[in-house]
Amino acid sequence: MQWGSVSEFMVMGGYGLYVWTSFGVSAFCMLWEVFALRRRHAAAIAETRESIHDQCVGPR
Amino acid sequence: MALAQINWFKYSSPQAFYPLAGRMIPWFATIAALLIGVGLYIGFFVAPTDFQQGQSYRIIFVHVPAAWMSMFLYVVMAIWAGLGLGLNARPSFMMAQAIAPTGALFTFLALFTGAMWGKPTWGAWWVWDARLTSELILLFLYAGVMLLRTSIDDPRRADRASAVFALVGVVNVPIIYFSVRWWNTLHQGASVSMTAAPKMAATMLTAMLVMTLGFWMYSIAVTLARMRCVILERERRSSWGMHHSHREAVEVH
Repeated sequence: MQWGSVSEFMVMGGYGLYVWTSFGVSAFCMLWEVFALRRRHAAAIAETRESIHDQCVGPR
Repeated sequence: MALAQINWFKYSSPQAFYPLAGRMIPWFATIAALLIGVGLYIGFFVAPTDFQQGQSYRIIFVHVPAAWMSMFLYVVMAIWAGLGLGLNARPSFMMAQAIAPTGALFTFLALFTGAMWGKPTWGAWWVWDARLTSELILLFLYAGVMLLRTSIDDPRRADRASAVFALVGVVNVPIIYFSVRWWNTLHQGASVSMTAAPKMAATMLTAMLVMTLGFWMYSIAVTLARMRCVILERERRSSWGMHHSHREAVEVH
């Protein structure tokens, strides 16, 4: 373990901005992909339900 | 004979694949989260400070796994595209379609984290070096594969056109990989190679490999999730798609 304190960890030997931007943007993009896929799946299910409705009782 | 064929192709139909993928996603997602957690812990708390680059080198734990995945996913996408063309199999094209955005994401992350590492190390966010340029071309290739699909209305023609494009672009992958050997690049040479002992501390290497495994499992999870979306979107008109998603929708709500 090379960190004496939390602030030392955050400063990252003077490279904190570069290191934390790298990891932060990567985490953001990957989580965003997961949530975007959840929304897309929900939308696909909703549209499929609508087309079932259209086929059974005709277009609204 | 006929029975063996049925078993072999059982999960290659979208109808069977959709629920199977749904059951697999939580497993891959959990393993991915665990591996990434362990990888970050080793990378930030166990791996020592680099004697040349200080703490900035820790970007390697996201940069290299992202770059490896960007190339690996392109090859996997091209294989599915080739299978689709060879066997005229729609599910193969759908797999290629499901992989492309995740591959593009990792390519972007490799370039972005590379810029974040380049600035403090080289003094420049970007240089037109063979490694960086060929990785940028990879991003354009992913974009081409995806744009070609959306710009063609007929799904069968869109499948074939983007598959041919993906296959032609695969020549860029060995160029990226060997660029640091073939040209004089500012980008450093390989830290890990098949033929020589790794040029880094064992804990650094462990963190990098664990993170790579984590990204790999993440890629499988999101690709399966996107595959489910693609199946629903493309099979909407078929009676199966309606039946299945309707049942699921009713169960959820």
